[in-house]
Formats: sequence, structure tokens, C-alpha cells
Amino acid sequence: MTTAVDSTRSKRDAPYEGPLLDVRDLHVEFVTRDGVAKAVNGVDYSVRAGETLAVLGESGSGKSVTAQAIMGILDMPPARIPRGEIRFRGRDMLKMGKEERRKIRGQEIAMIFQDALSSLNPVLSVGFQLGEMFRAHQGASRKEARDKAVELMDRVRIPAAKQRVNDYPHQFSGGMRQRIMIAMALALEPDLIIADEPTTALDVTVQAQVMDLLAELQAEYNMGLILITHDLGVVADVADKIAVMYAGRIVETAPVHELYARPAHPYTRGLLDSIPRLDQKGQELYAIKGLPPNLLRIPKGCAFNPRCPRAQDRCRAEVPELYPVTEDDGAPLAGRGSACFFWKETLHDR
Amino acid sequence: MTANGSSALGATVPEEVAFAQEVPRGEPILEVRDLVKHFPLTKGILLKKQVGAVKAVDGVTFDLMQGETLGIVGESGCGKSTLAKVLMNLEPATAGSVRYKGQEISRLSGAALKAVRRNIQMVFQDPYTSLNPRMTVGDIIGEPYEIHPEVAPRGDRRKAVQDLLDVVGLNPEYINRYPHQFSGGQRQRIGIARGLALKPEVIICDEPVSALDVSVQAQVINLLEQLQSEFELSYMFIAHDLSIVRHISDRVGVMYLGKMVEIGTDAEIYDHATHPYTQALLSAVPVPDPTARESRDRIVLTGDVPSPANPPSGCRFRTRCWKAQDRCAAEVPLLAAPFWLGGAARHDSACHFAAEREVGQSAAEREVGQSAAEREVGQSAAEREAGKAGSGAD
Ligand SMILES: Nc1ncnc2c1ncn2[C@@H]1O[C@H](COP(=O)(O)OP(=O)(O)OP(=O)(O)O)[C@@H](O)[C@H]1O
Ligand SMILES: Nc1ncnc2c1ncn2[C@@H]1O[C@H](COP(=O)(O)OP(=O)(O)OP(=O)(O)O)[C@@H](O)[C@H]1O
Ligand code: SF4
Ligand SMILES: [Mg+2]
Ligand SMILES: [Mg+2]
Repeated sequence: MTTAVDSTRSKRDAPYEGPLLDVRDLHVEFVTRDGVAKAVNGVDYSVRAGETLAVLGESGSGKSVTAQAIMGILDMPPARIPRGEIRFRGRDMLKMGKEERRKIRGQEIAMIFQDALSSLNPVLSVGFQLGEMFRAHQGASRKEARDKAVELMDRVRIPAAKQRVNDYPHQFSGGMRQRIMIAMALALEPDLIIADEPTTALDVTVQAQVMDLLAELQAEYNMGLILITHDLGVVADVADKIAVMYAGRIVETAPVHELYARPAHPYTRGLLDSIPRLDQKGQELYAIKGLPPNLLRIPKGCAFNPRCPRAQDRCRAEVPELYPVTEDDGAPLAGRGSACFFWKETLHDR
Repeated sequence: MTANGSSALGATVPEEVAFAQEVPRGEPILEVRDLVKHFPLTKGILLKKQVGAVKAVDGVTFDLMQGETLGIVGESGCGKSTLAKVLMNLEPATAGSVRYKGQEISRLSGAALKAVRRNIQMVFQDPYTSLNPRMTVGDIIGEPYEIHPEVAPRGDRRKAVQDLLDVVGLNPEYINRYPHQFSGGQRQRIGIARGLALKPEVIICDEPVSALDVSVQAQVINLLEQLQSEFELSYMFIAHDLSIVRHISDRVGVMYLGKMVEIGTDAEIYDHATHPYTQALLSAVPVPDPTARESRDRIVLTGDVPSPANPPSGCRFRTRCWKAQDRCAAEVPLLAAPFWLGGAARHDSACHFAAEREVGQSAAEREVGQSAAEREVGQSAAEREAGKAGSGAD
């Protein structure tokens, strides 16, 4: 099948060795009436071409705000970025001009939002909205744009794409709309896709279709994918590596197999332990005690300390950095880090 | 108090006395038979003409046993919440019967309805919108006492509410706070406390933890289980998280497009499912274990759920089923234990070709059966093939 998006292929041939995206020590705050909400307090993560990074964390932990900072779509004010770097292909996007960033958005980094219905324009046909990408960015004619829209809809397996290209968003099912969002994100063949809870609003059977499609297209185009989710099942299914967020920080990073087998942070451990397991039927589930923190009053020291079964005095006084996690003999574990003073003990705690 | 509970059918249920008798554990407390709920589709503004109906619940039969938890699963729109609302008498049934402790309750009104409502309570999905923001927690939890003053006389109410707060693990001193001062998990506890206020025997939980964070879900599930053993409650537990449903349920019912397609013990459903829809649903659930990735044998359903206003003839699943034959379009499969199966596979399943899934059954084998369904939905084999390709993220 020929795709609608061959025209920009060449840019990917440029030799570039480093990570596609490299976020360093990112901080984002919101100035609110009640005070300064520190939504992101030092996020470090990176993604390479063809790689899937899952960002895991509970509601309010700063997953979406980080993504919005990367996309450059935060409203500033009330948001501000007091510190940090967001390097795309080695260049810090926070130092770029508006015009340059606008070009990167959509063409090189695209985003898929959780709620497809509210991110598609209800009064424009799906075909028009898809075609608009090619008219705006590539100067395609109306006819060309329409043809490309049909090809893209075909590509994300909307049945009878030709007949449906003039339909409006509400005429499609939830799963189809989410596939149209994927088509929209893919239109300009970006290097990196950020998918913010792309299947949370969908049923499991539809979720499976959409995730499979996304993973397949990602492999085909060798894109980097940042998948934001709170579903430990989806993560286990598709991620190469994981960054776990808590109260605006990355508290653990690890390749997928290692994170599930040997978590090195008590919060990750607690999340994994609270999954209902078959042999636990009839017993109490493990539950992390307490509640996620209020961002206006993040606990002193390690933000997780009030809920942590391991917490010591040190945890209430000092903020742990993201320590490299190693084997006992000091042998490094590639890609592993934990923001816990007791990562070693936690690692062995199985 | 006078027993004036005459219903539309003329049956008299003397309040207070009617539902006093105990149902032994394991005997049915609720018996649902051929329950139907249709929402009329009308046309015209002044002279409303009925042009059809959304068949939200369309002939559902099951029992809820005393002291058990019956899980109900199924995709969005299959009628789970509608079923709950009809059982709660929040919506009138179109047809069929619901018996509570042996007495018909689906057509009650007045005092008799009031008496039933006391015994069957509901916990709703959304802890953010199901509580009135302008009422204090004390007023919210104590509100049912306004309608049923006999449960807690006015003077005792504050104490009763504080006891309930304590039972659900909230500080009794919070009685004068407002809902916005609580987190989602705490608000769900308030909803549960309110559901317990009238000392009901049956609680219908409609997605009680779906809106909560993973780390808080386990707390609420534990609370529900603890309350069940303490107060000998029977639960109907609607949820879409199949692993939570398995954890909490004794039996599980699977719904598709207004019908119950399979029902059995948790092991019968999860380990010996015989209905193709149940098998597809179970196989689609992402397993939180990356080592299972390679061995996963997922059935990816294509096509969308048909409209409940115009369901397919015969078996409603046939338009998406890889096993469908001519018979499936002609004949409605009954929910019954298939005589041709034995052991754990022999439990109620509404499929003409009910059979356990052979582990490792190849995609090609399924493909053979799929061609029939394909002609119905009008999708190409290539599309299906592509839809089934593994996620291949590695
Ligand atoms: N415009 C804003 N003004 C003030 N606070 C904000 C704003 N946008 C986000 N926040 C706060 O930043 C924090 C992080 O929000 P974010 O949306 O990143 O969470 P999340 O991890 O994506 O959660 P979820 O899983 O619920 O989507 C939240 O506490 C949120 O209330
Ligand atoms: N008051 C109503 N009027 C008309 N149709 C309705 C009404 N309530 C529900 N329906 C329809 O009945 C069907 C079943 O809806 P219901 O809410 O019971 O589904 P559900 O299984 O609870 O779904 P979900 O998992 O999304 O909560 C849907 O097609 C819905 O649109
Ligand atoms: S640093 Fe301390 S409080 Fe934080 S997770 Fe580790 S042990 Fe727990
Ligand atoms: Mg978010
Ligand atoms: Mg519902």
C-alpha cells in the first residue's frame, strides 16, 4: 500500500545518534489563587526512535502537564517553566522561537489526546480536518488533500473510507474517532508521538484494536512513542521502558521486564502489589495507604514518605535524587533509576 | 404504621412485615426473570409518535443469592446500568419480573415501593457528581432517614451518621464538611456510607471504583468486602475491570447488547468460558505481566457493537463472531447449560456452538469460521488479518 505521507520521508535519513527527545530536570508551576502549584518538579526522561516509553502515575502526578510542556501548548501564564531542558534531536526547544516550535509541532512531534470527540471539530467533516494538515503544512490542493485523507482513513482501517470521508465526528463510534485521531497524528509522519491516555475512554475490546494499530504503525515508521497511562496492563503489553511519576517527579525508570520483576521504588512496588492476583481471591488486596499529595503542600523530603512503609527520618528531611540502580556488586543496570534512599533494600524485597 | 402498600397490580405488601424473613445463605434473594427495558424512540415534537425503541435490556434472567457477590461485565452500552436502575425501581420495567424474597417488586408503588427501596440500595460510579455539593456530608448520609424515619429517629441521626462514617473509615468529625473537601476515594466512601444508612440487604454497585486511582481502588474494594461479611450483604457488582470483578465476585454474568450471554462461577467464566464474546473480552484484557506478551493469544474483534435500537436477528453477537453460521442468524440461542459440554464448561452460555477455547488455537483456524461473519459486516479479509497482527512493539 502506498501511503499518503511519503513526501517527508527523507528527513529521517539524516544521521542522528542521540535520543530523539531528552527531557532534563523539567519544572512546571501554576500560579493559582491559593498559591503556586508545583505540578512538575524535576522530570528526566528520554525516547529514541522506534522506542516506546510508558509514563505511569496516578491522577494529578503531572503526566499531561509534562506532555503539554513538550508540545509547547501550555498556557503561560498561569503556567511557567522555571527550570529544565526539552531537547529534541539535541536542540533545546525551550530556547527556540515561536515559529520554529510551531513547525515542530504536528510535523515532527504529534499528540493524541484522551478524548477524541472534544479534540475533533464537531462542525467540520473528518475528511476536511485530516486534509487540512496537508493544505496547511504542505500546500496540497483541495483534491490532493481529500485523497490523502481517504488514504489515511484507510490506513487506520476505517471501513469504506471513501464513502465516509465527508462524515462528521459524531457519526463515528468512539473507537473509530480514536483511530481518526491517530490518523491525524500520523498525517505528517512525525518522528515522535505523544499519546495521552489514548484508550482510557474505550472498551477493552476496542482498546485492544487501537493499541495494536498504534504499535504497528509505530514499528512501521520507526517513530518514538510516549504513552501516558495509568493502566499497568497496557504498559506491560506495549512499553519498552517505563517512567513512574509521583507528585510531579520521576520516581523510577526501568526497562519493562525489570520494573515488573524487581521494582526499586516503594511506590512502584505498592502499585504492582495492589493488582488483584488470582491466588489472593478472598483475601484483602494490598492497598497503598493514604492519599495522593496536594500539590500546594507537597510533603517535605520524599513526597511519598507519608504513605511509604519504609520511610525513615531521613525520608522526611531530605529529597532523594534519582539514583542509578545497580546490582549488589555494583554492576550497572542499564536504564534503571530510583528516587528512594532505600532502593537497594526495595530491589531485594520480593 | 398502616400497611397501605397497594401496588398497580393490586398486590398488597404490608410494609415492615413483608421483607422481614431471612433468606438462608446461598438461596436466591433476588430472582430476575425475562426482564425487559425498552426506551421508546419518538419522532415529532407535539404529537410524539413512537418510531422504535432502544432495547437496553432485552430479556435478562438470573438470580442473586443471599450473601454472594455477582459481578456483571460487558462493554459500554450493553445495558448494565439500565439493569441496575430497573432492579432499583428507578426505571419501570417494560416487561418481565423481579422477585425480592419471593415477592414481585417490579410494579410496586407507594408504601410497598418505599419498603423495597429500603432493602435494595445503590452505590454509583462517579464520586464527583453523585453527591450534592451544597449539602454537608452529614446531610447527604442522613438524607435516607428523612424518607425512612423509622430506621433512625430524629434525635439519633447525628450519632447514626457518625457511626456510618466510622464504618467506612472516615473521621466522624468530618460530619459538617462538604463533598469538595474530600478526595475521590473519600467521596466514594461517603456514597457507600449513604448506601448503608438504611441497613439494606442488597447493594448494587455500578462501577464503584472506576473513577478512582489505582492506589485508592484497592482501599475501596477491601472496604466493600469487609462490609459484606460484617453486615451479610448481597452485592451486584458492575465493573469493566475484569481482574477486580474476578477478585470480588463469587459468580459473574457477561452482558452483550441487552442480553446476558454467559453466567457462572468466577472460575467457570474466567477459566472455562464457552461463549465467543466472553472469550474475546477476556483475551483483550491487557495482563499486567510483560512476560505474558509473547504467549498472548488475543482475539481482536473487528466491527462495532450494533445499535441496541436495531439488534441483529438471532444471536446478537453474530455480526462480530468468528464462529457464526446460518443458524445464528435464524435462531436466538437460549441461556442454558450446553448439554454437549461437561465439567466446568457446562454452565449457562447463550451460544449455539458453545465450546471452550482451545489454548493456542491459531488465528488461521479462527479465520475459517470468520468468513461467515465477514460477509455480514462487509469487511475484507485483509482488514481482519491486519487487525489481528500482534502489537509488535518490541
Ligand atoms: N491550568 C492549570 N492551573 C492550575 N493547575 C493545573 C493546571 N493544569 C494542571 N494543573 C495541575 O497540575 C497537576 C498535574 O496535572 P496533570 O494533568 O499533568 O496530571 P496527570 O498526571 O495527567 O493526571 P491524570 O491522570 O488525571 O490525567 C494537577 O494537580 C493539576 O491540577
Ligand atoms: N433514558 C434513556 N433513554 C434512551 N436510551 C437510553 C436511556 N438510558 C440508557 N439508554 C440506552 O440504553 C443502552 C444501555 O445503556 P446503559 O447505560 O445501561 O449501558 P451500560 O452497560 O451501563 O454502559 P456503560 O458501561 O457505558 O455505563 C444504551 O444504548 C443507552 O444509550
Ligand atoms: S525515600 Fe523513603 S519515603 Fe520515599 S519511597 Fe524511599 S523509603 Fe519511602
Ligand atoms: Mg492527564
Ligand atoms: Mg453504566
